[in-house]
Amino acid sequence: MKPRDTLGQKLAGYGISRRALLKFAAAAATSLALPPGVAPAIAESLSGARRQSLIWLSFQDCTGCLESLTRSDAPGIERLIFDFISLDYQETLMAAAGAAADETLVRAARDNHGKYLLAIDGSVPTAEGGVHSMVGGRTNMDMLAELAEGAAAVLAIGTCAAYGGIPKAAPNPTSAVGIADLVKEKPIVNIPGCPPIPEVLTGVLVNFLTFGRLPDLDDLGRPLAYFGTTIHDQCYRRPYYDQGKFAHSFDDEGARQGWCLFELGCKGPTTRNACASLKWNGGTSFPIQSGHGCLGCSEPDFWDKGSFYTSLSGGEGPPWDAVGGAAAVGLGIGGAAAFAARRSRAAVDRQLAKEWQRDHGATATSKTEEDGP
Amino acid sequence: MTLLDFARGPALYWSTLIMVCGLVWRLAGVALLPFRPDRSAAGPQSRGRVRGALGTIVSRSLPRRTFLARTFATVVVGYAMHLGLLIILLGGAPHILLVAQATGLSWPSLPKGVVALASAVTLVTLVFVLVRRCTHPVLRLLSNFDDFLSIVLTLVPVATGILLAEETVLPYRTLLTWHILSVEAMMIWLPFGKLSHVVFVFAGRAVSGAKLGKRGATT
Repeated sequence: MKPRDTLGQKLAGYGISRRALLKFAAAAATSLALPPGVAPAIAESLSGARRQSLIWLSFQDCTGCLESLTRSDAPGIERLIFDFISLDYQETLMAAAGAAADETLVRAARDNHGKYLLAIDGSVPTAEGGVHSMVGGRTNMDMLAELAEGAAAVLAIGTCAAYGGIPKAAPNPTSAVGIADLVKEKPIVNIPGCPPIPEVLTGVLVNFLTFGRLPDLDDLGRPLAYFGTTIHDQCYRRPYYDQGKFAHSFDDEGARQGWCLFELGCKGPTTRNACASLKWNGGTSFPIQSGHGCLGCSEPDFWDKGSFYTSLSGGEGPPWDAVGGAAAVGLGIGGAAAFAARRSRAAVDRQLAKEWQRDHGATATSKTEEDGP
Repeated sequence: MTLLDFARGPALYWSTLIMVCGLVWRLAGVALLPFRPDRSAAGPQSRGRVRGALGTIVSRSLPRRTFLARTFATVVVGYAMHLGLLIILLGGAPHILLVAQATGLSWPSLPKGVVALASAVTLVTLVFVLVRRCTHPVLRLLSNFDDFLSIVLTLVPVATGILLAEETVLPYRTLLTWHILSVEAMMIWLPFGKLSHVVFVFAGRAVSGAKLGKRGATT
């Protein structure tokens, strides 16, 4: 594709009609929580949009995010838009390697300085100067600092990039952090999830191509349109929660009936994501629909929030030996207090006996003397 | 760490330990005190210590007919509040789940509507109790910080629990956080203030009942 091609020309090349583009624009407007009337404007903007340079860096990651985003089962318009993005650097996908790849990165950053989007999956290790993850002899920290400086905006893709994710889980041996902990001067949008939903990335890109800016974000830097409500509020099993019908184990009658998984540790009530509405694998299903509770993977530190199978009404209470220890301490303090009270009482009794002896003993002695021979 | 993580983690851990330590401390401190030996002779209508203790636990839990007319409202409010709390604690599914996850003990929950009704009644009675204590001249004179704190620390978990169950006014996460934190505050205060009557009330009645039962006094 020539650099000056527009999305409209590209879509026409793929045999995608303007009607189909309008339908996509209407769907995009809905998913971005925009009024339907904006759809033609989105379609118009997209048709005339130029290729957007995107530099994608993979840091301390498992490549699951990239797998998720590139393995969409049906190459719809979203996929074409993703193709339309000029993905100038992505180590896993690009053909170039070694010095050639480095040159590509340098050239892309130089040619699109101030205009490219910087996408990152994976957290950034900061311990020992960041040596725990290096590319071509350079630490992730150095690459991030340099490339973020020339970016129009930064996309933190996946929970690791957004909040540190699994590499940051206790004891966090590499002192891993999310992108927002290191990049302060550039607009950042977090697209968390383990992995993130592909359509969310598409939505953010559509927003950027259409309006030239990132979408509105929540307090954790996530697009409000996709992270504005909890899984619980969108969940098709929600009526069972309201009726108090819960599965107590994964193979009981409640589980077979498809009742609420709250008691089995579902974190849906405290997790904001679009899984329950957009779903996965082309809208086929999502974890709760498959019979497993939500893990809360799009929330910070989800790996360190206790067992995935402890319900939200439970928690990490003390183990029995700690409870026994507390009872023993209580018994010790109570026993000491009672002992002190007993000693005090005994001292008072002795004093009273002494006074009685003094008063009555003296009387008794004088009486004996009076009664003497 | 978010506030909810704190509430479900370290706060739950330490509030449980403080409550257990405090309750054992208070109970042991009283139980190990030197008891005066009861040298009185058993009365002609003596029921024995054990029967006297058990009888008094029951009889002092029932309203006294002599004072019923004058204290009717207090008695009704007291019963409603305590029964409501019992239904919420032992009948609410999330509370049973908490106990089950901590101890392995479980029992069937009550329907959500029954627990909601009990919660509403409890909340109303607690508000009534608090307002009355603030406005009644004699009660106000008799009350100290402990009285007010104990009522508030019971009222807030009930109020946040109702909002949480109905998922209204504030987001679920916020309500869950404040509900758990308010319960933990109550757990910490429970052994040291007047809320300790949870464990002392029956023990105290039993001790009195044992003495009176031996002497054959009516309780």
